[in-house]
Amino acid sequence: MSAISTPPLAVVEENLPNARRNRRTTKIRGVRAGFWVYLGLGVVIVSAIFPYYWSFLIGSGDATTINDPNMSWLPGGNFIANALAVVNDPAVNFWLALWNSIFSSTVIAASVVIFSTLAGWAFAKLRFPGGKWLLAFVVATMAVPMQLGVVPLYLLFSDLGWTGQIGAIIIPALTSAFGVFWMTQYLSQTVPDELIEAARVDGASMIRTFWTVGVTAARPAAAMLFLFTFVGAWNQFFWPFIVLDRQSPTLPVALSLLQSNYFVDYSIVLAGVLLATIPLLILFALAGKQLVSGIMAGAVKG
Amino acid sequence: MTSTATRPTASGPDDRPKPERAPRVLSFSHRMSRWDLKVSPYLYISPFFILFAIVGLFPIVYTAVISFQEWDLVRNSGTFVGFDQYIWILSQADFWVALRNTFSIFLLSSVPQIVLALFIAAMLDRNIRAKTFWRMSVLLPYVMAPVAVALIFSNMFGDNHGLVNNILTSVGLDPIAWHKDPFWSHIAIATMVNFRWTGYNALILLAAMQAVPREYYEAATVDGANAFRQFWSITLPSLKPTLIFVVITSTIGGLQIFDEPRMFDTFGRGGAANQWLTITLYLYNIGWGEFNFGRAAALAWILFIIILAIGLINLGITRRLVRDEGGRGVIQRRRRRKGAQQ
Repeated sequence: MSAISTPPLAVVEENLPNARRNRRTTKIRGVRAGFWVYLGLGVVIVSAIFPYYWSFLIGSGDATTINDPNMSWLPGGNFIANALAVVNDPAVNFWLALWNSIFSSTVIAASVVIFSTLAGWAFAKLRFPGGKWLLAFVVATMAVPMQLGVVPLYLLFSDLGWTGQIGAIIIPALTSAFGVFWMTQYLSQTVPDELIEAARVDGASMIRTFWTVGVTAARPAAAMLFLFTFVGAWNQFFWPFIVLDRQSPTLPVALSLLQSNYFVDYSIVLAGVLLATIPLLILFALAGKQLVSGIMAGAVKG
Repeated sequence: MTSTATRPTASGPDDRPKPERAPRVLSFSHRMSRWDLKVSPYLYISPFFILFAIVGLFPIVYTAVISFQEWDLVRNSGTFVGFDQYIWILSQADFWVALRNTFSIFLLSSVPQIVLALFIAAMLDRNIRAKTFWRMSVLLPYVMAPVAVALIFSNMFGDNHGLVNNILTSVGLDPIAWHKDPFWSHIAIATMVNFRWTGYNALILLAAMQAVPREYYEAATVDGANAFRQFWSITLPSLKPTLIFVVITSTIGGLQIFDEPRMFDTFGRGGAANQWLTITLYLYNIGWGEFNFGRAAALAWILFIIILAIGLINLGITRRLVRDEGGRGVIQRRRRRKGAQQ
């Protein structure tokens, strides 16, 4: 079976839209960009980096830095001391918040990818009664704001005694309508129907076909969906802020606690901001390229 | 040679009865396969729908139920009061202030954001060196949590010693009361939103720009149109559907804005005189400040109806504009097919 399915899979990989689009769009506009374009982009980048630098600048100073009108544009030497103040503050629970953020974002992203790939495969490649209607329903739910569900969810989780528990922010986020839509789009464009028919003729069961053809083809889109869901879950604030407490926050919730604890000392607050942002900066350094191509790909299809 | 000669003769007689027996032999696996074919799709989509029913659909419906009740926290149940909660919300001055603030912040963020994003996308669409580097740098703000962005910017927009006011006073201008004046507080909050989302939208628009057939530009150049004219007459019209998409998503996001106004000062209640109270912040204050869940639920539904109404208006506009683009889709499909054949 595996020997039979390998050649068609090579075809799938060759047909990935990204590879095709890049080949098609580059090189055609011949004239090299001039000085003004680079200047403009330079300004954009400086303004993108500046807030990061600013938080390091203040975060490496002391409590008086922010009030000093003649403050230096070079960082001071207190960043580590300020960072330690954040990390060791028992009211903020920094390490637990970091762990909660990593754990919940990973579980949410993994679950969204698995369920979205399954559902996307069914919507994109399997014919079944009601499929189109159900897909339209999924897309329609994307417009429903989170606020519409928070009151009953809160009541539900406090009935279960789950308020303050990390599960309370994981459970509602386990699936995503956007993820299903994204996977449906991707799989319907990448996998030729003939491939599935071939697998079926060879006697592969549905789940086998999904596993060998679908999952293999979905891998690039799954990686992007994982990244986006992870970033989204990591930065989520409204619902965690409602349902979690200071004993077990996520990083954004911990940051909000930081502000109310140290509302005079911005050097500690901004050191904490930078500290909480570093994990995502690392992720971005490793996977920023995929994130960019994900936005580019999603835009054309959406 | 001998093996190929013997095989047909050996299997020839065996093959003949097979067609009659075939249905019976295959029946079990056949039936399994049929069943597999029918049930599998539903199995694959069921996790999404089951979870959505529990954590999506049920809360929405239940919010509607709660919104018609006076919720009692102690008994954890409610008594039916009809539309009283809706009437209460609509009669509050705070609600209308929050509505005004939300729209003001939304407009101040989305309009400059999309204009800027268009500019950035146009620059990125030029033939530049190190494309990936520029694209990644533009996206850098997107990974920072809104809460973090809000903390940094509310520091920079400090009334007394904030960076922006220091710069203003050093060039001889008056400092601005970022936390007192409603308009300026909206500018400050909109700046946070713009910081985080402009690059993201620029990349979406860039993708759409790259899908515009390059022949259009060649033809325009031959006709003597300059770069600005080409942008205005080719790029912009081709971007309309994507522009509308960006407008809709930033509308939905903008009307729900919470993180930035919540973190704009240390009290988080939307300002001493509700200068930057938004609808979601108001919902939070009612729900988890006053613990009045009936009113919070009613406000949630009012917010949803507002989003729905604006979404429908946008949809109407989109439909009309997308119909104009009908021809382009065909051309693109043809190009794609051509590309696939090559």
